[in-house]
Amino acid sequence: MKFRTFATAIGIGVTALAAQAEDVKVGMITTLSGGGAGLGIDVRDGFMLAVKQAARDDIEVVIEDDQRKPDVAVQLADKMIQSEKVDVLTGIIWSNLAMAVIPASVAQGKFYLSPNAGPSLLAGKGCDPNYFNVAWQNDNLHEAAGAYATSAGLANSFILAPNYPAGQDALTGYKRLYEGELAGEIYTKLGQTDYASEIAQIRASGADSVYFFLPGGMGISFLKQYADSGLDIPVVGPAFSFDQGILQAVGEAALGVKNTSQWNKDLDNAANRAFVASFQEEYDRLPSLYASQGFDTANLLMSAMDKADVSDTEAFRAALKEADFASVRGDFEFGPNHHPVQDIYVREVIKEGDVYTNKIIGTALEDHADAYADQCSM
Amino acid sequence: MRRETLLNVAVLLGLLVVPLWAWASDAPFIITLATKVVILAIAGIGLNLALGLGGLVSLGHAAFFGVGGYAMGILASHAQSYTPLMEWPLLIEGTKSMPVIWLLAAVTGALAALVIGALSLRTTGVYFIMITLAFGQMFYYFAISWPAYGGEDGLPIYVRNGFPGLDTLDPIQYFALCFGVMCLVLLFVARLAASAFGLALSGARQNAERVQAVGLVPYRLYLVAFTLSGAITGLSGALYADLNRFVSPTMFSWQMSGEIMIFVILGGVGRLFGPVVGATLFIVLEHLLGGISEFWHIYLGALLLIVVLFARGGLIGLLAGREVAHD
Amino acid sequence: MSIILLVEQVLNGLQFGVMLFLMAAGLTLIFGVMGLINLAHGSLYMIGAFAAAATAAATGSFVLALMASLVAAAAAGALVELTVIRRLYDRDHLDQVLATFALILIFSEGTRWIFGSFPLFLEVPDYLSGSVTLPGGIEYPRYRLTIIMIGLAIAAGLFALIAKTRLGIQIRAGESDREMIGALGVNIARLYTLVFALGAALAGFAGALIGAIQSVQVGMGEPVLILAFVVIVIGGIGSIKGALVGAILVGLTDTLGGFLLPHLFATFMDASAAMSVGSALAAMSIYILMAGVLLVRPTGLFGGK
Repeated sequence: MKFRTFATAIGIGVTALAAQAEDVKVGMITTLSGGGAGLGIDVRDGFMLAVKQAARDDIEVVIEDDQRKPDVAVQLADKMIQSEKVDVLTGIIWSNLAMAVIPASVAQGKFYLSPNAGPSLLAGKGCDPNYFNVAWQNDNLHEAAGAYATSAGLANSFILAPNYPAGQDALTGYKRLYEGELAGEIYTKLGQTDYASEIAQIRASGADSVYFFLPGGMGISFLKQYADSGLDIPVVGPAFSFDQGILQAVGEAALGVKNTSQWNKDLDNAANRAFVASFQEEYDRLPSLYASQGFDTANLLMSAMDKADVSDTEAFRAALKEADFASVRGDFEFGPNHHPVQDIYVREVIKEGDVYTNKIIGTALEDHADAYADQCSM
Repeated sequence: MRRETLLNVAVLLGLLVVPLWAWASDAPFIITLATKVVILAIAGIGLNLALGLGGLVSLGHAAFFGVGGYAMGILASHAQSYTPLMEWPLLIEGTKSMPVIWLLAAVTGALAALVIGALSLRTTGVYFIMITLAFGQMFYYFAISWPAYGGEDGLPIYVRNGFPGLDTLDPIQYFALCFGVMCLVLLFVARLAASAFGLALSGARQNAERVQAVGLVPYRLYLVAFTLSGAITGLSGALYADLNRFVSPTMFSWQMSGEIMIFVILGGVGRLFGPVVGATLFIVLEHLLGGISEFWHIYLGALLLIVVLFARGGLIGLLAGREVAHD
Repeated sequence: MSIILLVEQVLNGLQFGVMLFLMAAGLTLIFGVMGLINLAHGSLYMIGAFAAAATAAATGSFVLALMASLVAAAAAGALVELTVIRRLYDRDHLDQVLATFALILIFSEGTRWIFGSFPLFLEVPDYLSGSVTLPGGIEYPRYRLTIIMIGLAIAAGLFALIAKTRLGIQIRAGESDREMIGALGVNIARLYTLVFALGAALAGFAGALIGAIQSVQVGMGEPVLILAFVVIVIGGIGSIKGALVGAILVGLTDTLGGFLLPHLFATFMDASAAMSVGSALAAMSIYILMAGVLLVRPTGLFGGK
């Protein structure tokens, strides 16, 4: 019984599919449910805003929720490639999901445009001509933070991150351009929510600054507890913990914190002003870093569609490589390993009326490329 | 034939016909879904051996599922990077051969179950549920913080492992392979249930004292059942890892344990084909509901509640009558 | 490593333990009286935190927010008890596990549907923020100290409730002989609803207290739930005293393990390897503790028979 219903449902899907012309079909696999859904929703909304504004009828986007589970993401990628027959994949937020999906997708000849995750392996030895990262290589924002700490005269940092690969990359990234001493280095439990123990160690260490990479709820918890501990050593972090989506949950505890980002809503260029205004109008909230990355990803894709046919892989790839679109980040270009070469800014958390947000206070690194490009041969 | 047997045959045929139809009409994703059903069903059959036959409510079967997955991941990653797994005291190389991987996955699954079982079976009831859950969590945290094989990022295997004479990357061939394994496992469990051991185990579940009176030690019966159960679930973990060409700590998560349990209960506890029916229903629902609403978990939850509250005995119980007369 | 740091860590472990106790007390009561294993207890914790955050946003009062968490969690608890849970009392544990697992799915996605995917904001009120100096020159956050005191006060209240009041007598009677109290003319259905709502209120209250220093988000209850299970298993299911001892034991093991193990390993291996081995082992430490306790005492420290 149920098989027949199931089969019928699929049958209808397949027929609907066959009616499509030779447009570009985009498969977006992103996190829309469970913890961390906010990031995926922002990427999706940014992407779809760009598509809507372009008002073109030769692009179709299929969106699926990976629930932040690698196995689900893999199966969705199979589905996108095998039954939806998409040309381009995008959307993944998390590095572990990216590692599960991207190598297999590009091996099957699909293009992958990453709106967020940039694991080091895919920037170095595992780079691929069909894989483009529109956000950053994972280490970038951390490197910028290290550079900023050095230039700000911080000489004795206490650094912490969760004990998992992205956490280890983060601290490695920070140390790459940081020239001071380390007062301490801690790996915390992934998903940990209580940082009393770590804060006590920071207090005891005599550090002059704290650098942390604690994505999502972990960062919110850490900041609240840090603010409450009475410690007043300056905190530096990557943009992830100070983003529009979670700043309101952190509240006053984040005020004044310096963080590094390749984008902010006050970046002064026409594309960005238009993006920020239209995003607010469309969704009634301020855009986040992730929304800006989704928006850029869609515009990059459409700029390539204007120049080449997606079925002509060589030409389409070359068109993507040119990155001939008006990025909300201002200057944007791809390095030899198809990862961005871009400016990374230092932002400070401020309060505008009732809303916590960021303003740019300086540039940490100019035209910064990642450290793995040399290992990439393609 | 009894209604349940009839139902079982129908389920088996359905599971075979749908992918073949999908193959003929070039819808490879349906085959992938069917393969997932078959593999998860094997995991459920493993749990059902402990749960249905032995009455051991284990909320930690993800541990064996993950161990099987990592057995595959570790062997294959060493084979793909041409580094030996171990050089001393004896040289062990990685491998990309499915039969070898399956054997090792089942053996490591069994070993893990033997150790966990030997400790956990000292307790009963709620304590048993909780201690198996805790062991599962232990494996989960270990996998996350153990950097050698990818930690939280998991471990991608770029090409599916090989099976002599087959092209495993072809969806229908891999499906056939998994389907074959499932049939063998079903046959094994059916024979086991009807054997002297199976009868003794079933007796121990219903009345441990009576079994003791005839000179059998329930602890040993349970331990053997739990170990076999771990082996089967470990095997399915290796198949699952090969389906995704990827292993990650989420295979160890307690939600995974919960899902395996759901397959068993949706289908019908203690029914030979319960996990097969349950896994089918679960995947179909996940696929259809996931397409309807972002919040599909609400519907899944409501459906589960209805099954538990009003359809005891699961789907098979509903369709084939309340109790199995005798086997 | 100084003594001050060590004392501070012990306090942190104590604070964590006290919070776990609020969760575990409800779980263990519900199990003790009704024989029910409730996986959805973490959802009640989450409901408390969300209710508190929403109330604080609307009124700006932290005290009102705490009250709201008690009321909302108790109401949600009573509601599920009346509609779902009471059908499960005479079922086996398997059905209970599954049905309450289903409730988790419904609560989590329902909360996300109502409040959205982004974490909510709840903060420590001004009069509780900052730190106090304890004897010996130890600086300790005022809010955490307050949590420890509130938690211990609730523990004392709970012991008094069970030892002294009429409800407590009924609860104890229910734990030892479920059929008997019905025969004594106690309204069992009402008692069960009451106990369930009480457990839910405690969980919701814990959620609100913790929400102020952590992040109020969907799924925040599950990690705590699993720890609370570890606690009641170590303490002995059904025993309030066991829950208290177990909670503090788990709190201390987790906090001190995470702090001391990497230091311990650093004495004989290089720093970064020690850090990752130590952290990995620390993450597993409470589960090892639990396995250890059960090996020696299969029904927990204060478990019956």
